[in-house]
Amino acid sequence: MDSTTMSKKELRALRQQQKKEEALRRIKTRDKIPFWMLIRYKYCTLYFAKKLGLAIFRLVLLVGLSYVILFPYLSKIFNSFMGREDFVDVTVLLIAKHPTLDTYKAIIESNHYFRALLNSTTIALMCATIQMLICTFVGYGFAKFNFRFRKLLFVLVIFMMIVPHETLQLSLFMKFRYFDIWGIGGAVSKLFGGSWEGFNLLNTNWPLAIMSLTCLGLKNGLYIYIMRQYFNGVPDELEEAAYVDGANVYKTFMKIILPMSTTMLVTIFMFAFAWQWSDMFYTGLFYTGKHDALLPDIIKIPTVLDTQYAAQSAYESAIRNTSGLLILAPLVVLYLFAQRTMIEGVERSGITG
Amino acid sequence: MTKTKQVTTTKKASPKRKGKSLNKVKARNGWVFIAPFLIGFVLIYLPMIVESLRFSFGELKFEKTGVVLKYVGWENYSWALFKHTDFVKTLGGSVGQLLFNVPAIVIFALFVAVLLNQKMRGRAIFRAIFFIPVIVSTGIIEFIEMQDQLADAMSQVASGGSGIGASTGGQEASNSFVSVMEVSRYFQGMAVGQELVQYVTDIVNNVYDIVNKSGVQMLIFLAGLQSVSPAIYESCQMDGATSWEIFWKITFPMISPMILVNAVYTVIDSFTSQDNKMMSLINEVYKDSGGNVRSTAMAWIYFLVVILILLVVAAIMGGYVFYQKRDT
Repeated sequence: MDSTTMSKKELRALRQQQKKEEALRRIKTRDKIPFWMLIRYKYCTLYFAKKLGLAIFRLVLLVGLSYVILFPYLSKIFNSFMGREDFVDVTVLLIAKHPTLDTYKAIIESNHYFRALLNSTTIALMCATIQMLICTFVGYGFAKFNFRFRKLLFVLVIFMMIVPHETLQLSLFMKFRYFDIWGIGGAVSKLFGGSWEGFNLLNTNWPLAIMSLTCLGLKNGLYIYIMRQYFNGVPDELEEAAYVDGANVYKTFMKIILPMSTTMLVTIFMFAFAWQWSDMFYTGLFYTGKHDALLPDIIKIPTVLDTQYAAQSAYESAIRNTSGLLILAPLVVLYLFAQRTMIEGVERSGITG
Repeated sequence: MTKTKQVTTTKKASPKRKGKSLNKVKARNGWVFIAPFLIGFVLIYLPMIVESLRFSFGELKFEKTGVVLKYVGWENYSWALFKHTDFVKTLGGSVGQLLFNVPAIVIFALFVAVLLNQKMRGRAIFRAIFFIPVIVSTGIIEFIEMQDQLADAMSQVASGGSGIGASTGGQEASNSFVSVMEVSRYFQGMAVGQELVQYVTDIVNNVYDIVNKSGVQMLIFLAGLQSVSPAIYESCQMDGATSWEIFWKITFPMISPMILVNAVYTVIDSFTSQDNKMMSLINEVYKDSGGNVRSTAMAWIYFLVVILILLVVAAIMGGYVFYQKRDT
């Protein structure tokens, strides 16, 4: 009876509706489905078109921005293989017509790349390890213990982060040229009639070690901040369980907290290592004399290469950039290994206001 | 308070406890944990700050007995503010640069972080690429670029300023993707102010700089986005909110503390970065003065100005920031 009262049009609409529902059900349950039906109901819909459009937009944007990031390095890499003739040649854009490894050879040999690499690696490794451990320690203290003046002291950490060390460079220099805590040593020696001026720590690794040990190194305030945020998110019950089992605070820290936060440790280590590696301020300040070469010292034009040529500034710029590439190469390799852990670590820190 | 009261009432029978309570022991251990920072701050950092302040009010004199610091009052400050030709101009310029950079970097970082937070194929690769600048673009690269610019300027002066820009490196190509003309023509159709057009064209032309400077900010935003619970998004979708609404009503308030953090971080970062004109001016004065300390006064003025900006930024944005758990 019903079907007769319905008009033909309505009947067709109803059938189509049923067909659509059937298709959707089969798509959802991943049943076998006729090819055309799949195309019709999965891909020829407004919803899918919208999603596709967004995805393409996103992809274009991301690829474009990645290009912006990577292209300068790509062009530096290509430039580094160019012979000096290529810089005059207008037709050469990226691929060299006279490819050569002379630039690399000259920098590595006459600028003593490997010696500088060794020295810088030592310094960066030392600083990064110490800073990673100390900042974790301090961050844990700020996150998990309730003592008087905690908030005030944390404001001091922020303050330390804000004051740039460039402002203090003269004081820093003097501090480690005549290293003496509060002039106590000098006073004592004066008492005995001496005129001791304090240790001269310049051109040794001591200044950086001392600064790392006391959280004064490069961006240490930031590391403490990140670690504090991370430990704030760690549930207290974990430690309480350890206390109940008879571990004291330090044992809990060593046995439970440290192994648990490996990702964060890697993150902090990467930051500290990378920033110390390419830092020029502290190394320029503390390694003044005829110290063994450090990485920033290799940025100069090797005398082996004759740059007195038509496109001199372009060629010299390429040489400088090549030394820059050589400096960054070990960092990039390290980053490729650590990046997954590092990004995960930052995500997990759950930094909030 | 209430806890201790409870303890005393329930343990009336037992005599007074000996030793310290767990909380007190824990508090003492807290001091041990932050000891490295405390020692560094009190023994090394504080004297340095005090000394730097003293330097800014003094003048170093090289005498037979050694170096003597003579107190000269506000002279260094007045010298920097009123006598030095470039200082005030550079200060204004770098504050202007700061005000230009902060919104651009924060908005860009937020945008990219939202993009990178979505589920898609190849997300890991894009993330790896976007965080390369965090690791790579630091002191040394900036130093090399500065040297390049210097060399370029030198060679142009040498060739009488008529030579075609000799460098064909990728630097130039990457810096000007779009000509200013094109962008402004595009924007003229829309009825927006000339200043906004100028701002947008500046951003487009500085996109390389902005991308390079917003690495850490992106990381912070990403961390914030991850900490928003997916349940909230789900319930919004149930109620039929569009993605646009979800972004403005949920995502934006939830990560507003991060916006504040990032604004502050960006101010600090551009304040301390090496390509900052003010910092290089201070360095120059320091080197020119032959070991004298006038530059310290400049540094302190600059520092105070930036602190002022930070306070203003924090005060303005603090009013709008939404904290989910206000009472923790």
